[in-house]
Amino acid sequence: MSHRRIRFYGAAGQIGTIAVTLLGLLLLTFFIGRLMPADPVRAIVGEDATRETYEQVYRSLGLDRPLWEQFFYYLGDVFTGNFGTSIRTGQPVIQDILHVMPATIELATFAILIGAGLGVPLGVFAAVNKDRWPDHVVRVFSLFGHSMPIFWTGMIALIVFYAHFGLVGGSGRMDQFYIGLVDERTGFLLIDSLIAGEMDVFWSAVNHIILPATLLGYSSSAYITRMTRSFMLDQLGQEYVTTARVKGLSRNQTIWQHAFINIRVQLVTIIALAYGSLLEGAVLIETVFAWPGFGQYLTNNLITGDMNAVMTCVLIVGVIFIGLNLLSDVLYRIFDPRTR
Amino acid sequence: MSTRTETARRLPAPLLALKNIVLFLLKSPTSAFGLAVLTLLILVAAFAPLIATYDPYAQDLALTLQAPGNGHLFGTDELGRDIFSRLVWGARITLTIIFLVSIVVGPIGLIIGTTAGYLGGKVDTVMMRITDIFLSFPSLILSLAFVAALGPSLNNAIIAIALTSWPPIARLARAEAMTFRKADYISAARLQGASPARIIVKSIMPMCLPSVLIRLTLNMATVILTAAGLGFLGLGAQPPLPEWGAMIATGRRYMLDSWWLVTFPGISILSVSLAFNLLGDGLRDALDPKQMNRR
Repeated sequence: MSHRRIRFYGAAGQIGTIAVTLLGLLLLTFFIGRLMPADPVRAIVGEDATRETYEQVYRSLGLDRPLWEQFFYYLGDVFTGNFGTSIRTGQPVIQDILHVMPATIELATFAILIGAGLGVPLGVFAAVNKDRWPDHVVRVFSLFGHSMPIFWTGMIALIVFYAHFGLVGGSGRMDQFYIGLVDERTGFLLIDSLIAGEMDVFWSAVNHIILPATLLGYSSSAYITRMTRSFMLDQLGQEYVTTARVKGLSRNQTIWQHAFINIRVQLVTIIALAYGSLLEGAVLIETVFAWPGFGQYLTNNLITGDMNAVMTCVLIVGVIFIGLNLLSDVLYRIFDPRTR
Repeated sequence: MSTRTETARRLPAPLLALKNIVLFLLKSPTSAFGLAVLTLLILVAAFAPLIATYDPYAQDLALTLQAPGNGHLFGTDELGRDIFSRLVWGARITLTIIFLVSIVVGPIGLIIGTTAGYLGGKVDTVMMRITDIFLSFPSLILSLAFVAALGPSLNNAIIAIALTSWPPIARLARAEAMTFRKADYISAARLQGASPARIIVKSIMPMCLPSVLIRLTLNMATVILTAAGLGFLGLGAQPPLPEWGAMIATGRRYMLDSWWLVTFPGISILSVSLAFNLLGDGLRDALDPKQMNRR
């Protein structure tokens, strides 16, 4: 078989795998949706509807059909982009989610920049100083970030940096005063305010994003640090590193221009995966910081028991995760010549 | 080595192994700290009625939101309940969560992983696909979905966490099982006529046990944080249970004026999850000589 064909089969196999995983994901969300004790019909028709109305809605929702048939209807709905209407807001769920997503992406992107900016140098530093005190300090520092309950750290940070010292903005994406001042074009406040030329709003937004993003970034840096360290150790143990040193290159040149260059690909894939797991922290931190994003939308719907919206959120997180996994695979293939 | 064989005569093998592991862990200050915190947690939970200075549910509306001191070590909450006593009783809830999740997740992960790894082929493909589906969610989000479906309560939170935390264990057990599958002693057992079920239970599972135990320890930090997170979102333990995450959630309304309501439960969660992470880190070194050389 030619190389091209092998590559083709590799890609086809991967698409098959993803299709199966996606189907499983849909099955899982469908199944969880059916598990719920709350009656979806009652939620629509209200408590004092007549028996006829109840029956009619029951049938129109397809609840009288066998479970497998209901699943096919659900599949059909999902593929045509119909995720139902949110009971709480009265709008299509997907529209709601698209509306809140930019706030979360903005936060997560800021956070991953901080997380990678912290985690990668620390990981390299720890690897270079393996088993000496800097290594142990880095390890405890990053485990600490990994161990903190982020909703609690968020509150403490708000008390200290906002209420006590007044260094940063408090809850929300910007000061109350500026809300509604900037037109929503992309939904990304930092970009929108720049487009509108409202520098005050921009700085207010930066002031508000810095604290939640730093906390999220710190908590995700633990994973990045650990992986960077172990990738670096693999490289530093190899003979070309010794050769480079013998050749007369300085320690820094060897580390950054030889060893580090070789772990770039692995790092990119790790950071892509860490980006996905930020969503988890975002659910909690958005609740604490009243950040009007995906996480807050999800928790609000959980509290009101809006299962349509909740299951769609869960499905979307799953899809994002699969997407990021795929992306990290693709990046690996593009950047690493050995996989070609 | 000679000392080891001498003690072996006096102690049964599993106890000896445990003793060696504990001795190794105590050498590193970080894992010794982890061990100390967890021992403290167990002691506090066991002797909660003796340690707690007040009834954790007793309200005293005359003394609400008292600052630490004045007979209340960590102050009182919005209903005048003693925070220190609630934390002490909360240790029992934390231990219950850890215990229940472990005894569910360990066996499930071990069985699925070793079966998939040993049998291989179609069984492996199907089981690993299912594992992948569960792995494609962050654990908190999937637990959220389960709890939302089952209804918020401490028991449902535990079920949800258990349902979401077996996949990494299964993955690990599978990887281990695959390395043992081709070993000579397994072939020998097969030639003697042992059934696959017997080989999996008698020969493969014991070999996978150490790494599964380490992984469980490492996972416990995540389990505690997820449980606390669920409690915080109001989906885990319900009031008036003194669960640490739920205590933070109710304390949130008063946090700007009464910092002690959220600070102490948070420190408790942080120390226990940090302890598990440090201990897991140490265990990895203690039980895996390969890793010890590489580090």
